[in-house]
Amino acid sequence: MSKILFKKQLSKDVFLMRLHAPLIAEERSAGQFIILQVNEDYGERIPLTIADADTKEGSITIIFQVVGKSTTLLSELNEGDDIPTLVGPLGRPTHIENFGTVVCVGGGIGVAPLHPIAQALKNAGNHVITIIGARTKDLIILEEEMKSIADEFILCTDDGSYGRKALVTQPLKEICERNPKPNMVIAIGPPIMMKFCSETTRPYEVFTQVSLNTIMVDGTGMCGGCRVNVGKEIKFVCVDGPEFDGHKVDFDNMMARLNSYKEIERAAHNCYLEAEIKAKEALR
Amino acid sequence: MNFRTLEELSNDAKKLIADYVSRIDDIKAKERTKIPAQEMPAQDPEVRKHNLEEVALGYTMEQARIEAMRCLQCVKKTCIDDCPVKIDIPRFINHIAHEEFQDAADVIKEASLLPAICGRVCPQETQCQSNCAVGKALKDVDKSVAIGRLERFIADWERSTGKIAVPEVKPETGKKVAVVGSGPAGLVVAADCRREGHHVTVFEAFHKLGGVLRYGIPEFRLPNDIIDKEIETLTAMGVEIKTNFVVGRTRKLLDLINKDGYHAVFVGTGAGLPLFMGIEGENLVGVFSANEYLTRANLMRAFEKGKADTPIYPSKNVAVLGGGNVAMDSARMAKRLGAENVYVVYRRTEKEMPARKEEVAHAKEEGIEFYFLQNAKRILGNEQGKVRAMECLRYELGEPDDSGRRRPVVIPNSEFTLDVDTVIVAIGNSSNPLISQTTPEIKVNKWGNILVDETQKTSSERIFAGGDIVLGAATVILAMGEGRRAAAAINKMLAEEIEKEKAGMN
Ligand SMILES: Cc1cc2nc3c(=O)[nH]c(=O)nc-3n(C[C@H](O)[C@H](O)[C@H](O)COP(=O)(O)OP(=O)(O)OC[C@H]3O[C@@H](n4cnc5c(N)ncnc54)[C@H](O)[C@@H]3O)c2cc1C
Ligand SMILES: Cc1cc2nc3c(=O)[nH]c(=O)nc-3n(C[C@H](O)[C@H](O)[C@H](O)COP(=O)(O)OP(=O)(O)OC[C@H]3O[C@@H](n4cnc5c(N)ncnc54)[C@H](O)[C@@H]3O)c2cc1C
Ligand code: SF4
Ligand code: FES
Repeated sequence: MSKILFKKQLSKDVFLMRLHAPLIAEERSAGQFIILQVNEDYGERIPLTIADADTKEGSITIIFQVVGKSTTLLSELNEGDDIPTLVGPLGRPTHIENFGTVVCVGGGIGVAPLHPIAQALKNAGNHVITIIGARTKDLIILEEEMKSIADEFILCTDDGSYGRKALVTQPLKEICERNPKPNMVIAIGPPIMMKFCSETTRPYEVFTQVSLNTIMVDGTGMCGGCRVNVGKEIKFVCVDGPEFDGHKVDFDNMMARLNSYKEIERAAHNCYLEAEIKAKEALR
Repeated sequence: MNFRTLEELSNDAKKLIADYVSRIDDIKAKERTKIPAQEMPAQDPEVRKHNLEEVALGYTMEQARIEAMRCLQCVKKTCIDDCPVKIDIPRFINHIAHEEFQDAADVIKEASLLPAICGRVCPQETQCQSNCAVGKALKDVDKSVAIGRLERFIADWERSTGKIAVPEVKPETGKKVAVVGSGPAGLVVAADCRREGHHVTVFEAFHKLGGVLRYGIPEFRLPNDIIDKEIETLTAMGVEIKTNFVVGRTRKLLDLINKDGYHAVFVGTGAGLPLFMGIEGENLVGVFSANEYLTRANLMRAFEKGKADTPIYPSKNVAVLGGGNVAMDSARMAKRLGAENVYVVYRRTEKEMPARKEEVAHAKEEGIEFYFLQNAKRILGNEQGKVRAMECLRYELGEPDDSGRRRPVVIPNSEFTLDVDTVIVAIGNSSNPLISQTTPEIKVNKWGNILVDETQKTSSERIFAGGDIVLGAATVILAMGEGRRAAAAINKMLAEEIEKEKAGMN
C-alpha cells in the first residue's frame, strides 16, 4: 500500500505523482521501474519507470501517460488516496560512468525515464547532449528539467508547433556526423522511435542503448511475457533489462508482441469510458 | 468409463455401508480386497469445462469409510515408507473406518501441515499408493487404497466443522525469522518457527500469498479458499506478512540480517524461471510460457472476463507442449477459457507422462486431445507476427536413458503441421535467479539451485533454503518436507543462542 503524496498534470494526457515508498526510494537507481496495481483483486499490474526519488520524504516520482484503462484509473486517483500494490525497484540499474559525450534522446513520455539517467550521466562528468521530441507542443514534458542538465539542448516537434520541425532522428544524425562522433546514445521513447534512432546510429557505429517497455506481468522473471530477441538470444526485459543494445534488438517482433492484446484492451478501455460517461450523465 | 454422478456414487455407498460396519473388525483381508474401490465424485465434464469450480468433489462420508475399510492394516507399511513426510497412514485410515474423524485429523497433523492441499495435489500413485498391498494384490496400482482422497476427506471434514484450532504459540523469544517466498515451503517454515515463539515475517514478491498454489495450480484443482484458510491460520498465530516485497530488490537479502535484525532467513523462492524450447518462432504473438498463461488466468483473474483488467489471449486452437501437471493445467485452463481444440503434444508416451494420473484422466474427459511421441520443431507465424501453425516431428522410443525411461528418438522426415493460433510451452521451470544474482554469498549449482546441507543450511551463515529453489521443479509435499526440516534447524539454532545468551547473563 502506498499513499499518493502529490499529483500534477503535466500535459493533456500526462500526469506526475509522488508516492510514499521509503524502501524503494532508498534502494532504487536510475533506470529502474516499479509495478503497481490500482485494484488488488482485478487490476492489471502495470510497469512505470521511477522518474525520481526523495529519500528524505521517502517518496518516488512516477510520470505516466494515459493510454488505456489502467492508466486512466490511475489518473483518476488523487492526493491522499492509496495505491494498493506497489512493488520495486525492478530491473537492472543503468550503468553510469564517464563515457565522454553522450546523446540523450527522449520521445514523448520517454523523457520521464530519460531524465534521471541524463542527470546521473551529467553528475558522472559526461558532456550531455539532449534531444527531446514529441508529436506536438502540448506533449512536450520536463523541458526545463532537461534543459538545466544539458550541455547542448535540442527540442523538436513533428508538426513544428514548437522548437525545430523535425523527427528526433534528424538532429541525432547530424550529431553522429560530427568529428569526433559521440561516445554513446541513449534513446527512450515509443518503440518505433527507438527503432529508428538505432537505425540512424548503426552506420556510425555509435553504441545505442534503448529502454524497452514490453508487456509485463510479474516483473521478476517468472512469466516470460516480457521476452524479446536481442541478437540471437531471448532476454527477459524485467530482469535482464530494461536497457539493451538497440542495434541488437528485434524491434519488429517486440512491437508485434506489444500489440498482442490491442483489440481486447481497446475494447476494455472504451467500455470503461462509456460506463463512466453514463455514470456522469446519470448524476446530472 | 461412464460418468457417474455424485448422487449415484453416494447411493451405492449408502447401500453397502451398513453391512460392512456391522462386522467392521472381523472382515478378512481377502474380503477387504473385494470391497469396491470408491470412485471420486466429480463435476460432469460437459459442465465443468466451462467453469473454474473444483472438478473433484470429494468422498461422501460413507464412501470414505468404505474406502478406509479396504486398508489391510499391514505389518510392513510400505505406504508410510513411500510417503515423503511419513504420515502414519494405516492409523489415520483406521480412524476413518471407525468414524473417528477428529482422531484421523490429529494423526495426519503429526506429520503434515497442509493436508487439504496435499490430499488434492500429491502424486499419490508414485508415492504412498505405489506399493500399497491392496494394489499389489489386485495387480493394479489404480486399485490401491485411495490414501490421497482419504487425506483430503479428513482435511475437508475438519475445515467444515469450523473448529480448526489455531496452533499454540510459545512465549515470545525476541528472535526474528524472515521467510522469503510464500509457497508451500515458506508457509510451513512460517508456521513451525512461529510456534516456537519467534517473530516471523513472510516476504512475498506478489500481491497475494501461496506461490505456485495460487498463481500456478488452477482453482478447478485447488480452490483459493483452501489457501486463504492456511494463511488465515498463520496470521492468527501472529505471523507478519509483507506482500509486494522482492527480496534482492526491495531489500538485499543480507540487509535483512545486517540492517533489519533478522536472526535467520529461509529462502523458499521456488523454481520460477520458465524454460523455452529454443525453437524458431517461439517469440511470436500467441506463444506463452505456462507460467504466464496460468498467472494471467489464476492470479490476475483473467478467467473472469469483463471483471479483470488483465487480458488473456483469445484462442481457438491451442497446442500445449509438455506432459506434466503444468501442461495438464494449461490445457484444461485453455479449454475453460473458450478454446475449441486443445492438443497436448508430448514427445514420449502416456506411460512416461509425469502428470498425476487423475489429471490426465480428467483432461481426457474434458476433450483434451493427446499427441504422443510428437514434438514441436518450429512455430510458424503470419504477416502480423502471430502464430498460425506449428510444425511437429514424430518420435519413437529408443534405448532407456539415465532416468530409466526410454529415450524418444526422432523419425526422420516425419514433419507435419498442426493448425494452431496459440502455443503454451510447459516443459518445466528452472530456479529463479534473482536471489543468487543479488546475493553472491549463497552458493548454487550449475542449474542455479541453492546448495544446502542436510539441515537445509546454505553456504551463508543464518541463511537456510528449501523447496523448488533447492530441488528444481519438484512437488508440494517435498517443498513442505524441506520447509519442516529447515524450520527445525532454525529453531534449534535459535534455541541454542537463547541458551547461550542466558548463560552469558548469569
Ligand atoms: C519497464 C517499463 C517502464 C515503463 N515506464 C513508463 C513510464 O514511466 N510512463 C508511462 O507512461 N509508461 C511507462 N511504461 C508503459 C506503461 O506500462 C503502459 O503504458 C501501461 O501498462 C498501459 O496500461 P493501460 O491499461 O493504461 O493500457 P492498456 O489498455 O493496457 O494498453 C493501451 C495501449 O497501450 C499499449 N501498451 C500496453 N502495454 C504497454 C506497455 N507496457 N508499454 C507501452 N505501451 C503499452 C498497447 O499497445 C495498448 O494498445 C513502461 C513500461 C515498461 C515495461
Ligand atoms: C502449474 C503447476 C502445477 C503443479 N501441480 C502440482 C501438483 O499437482 N502436485 C504437486 O505436488 N506439485 C505440483 N506443482 C509443483 C509445486 O507447485 C511446487 O513444487 C511447489 O509449489 C514448490 O513450492 P516452493 O515453496 O518451493 O515455491 P513456490 O510455490 O514456487 O513459491 C515461491 C514463492 O516465492 C516468491 N518469490 C520468488 N522470489 C522472491 C523474492 N525474491 N522475494 C520474495 N518472494 C519471492 C514467489 O512469488 C512465490 O510466491 C505444480 C507446479 C505448477 C507450476
Ligand atoms: S500399504 Fe495399503 S493396505 Fe497396507 S497399510 Fe498402507 S494403505 Fe493400508
Ligand atoms: S514480466 Fe514476467 S518475466 Fe518479465
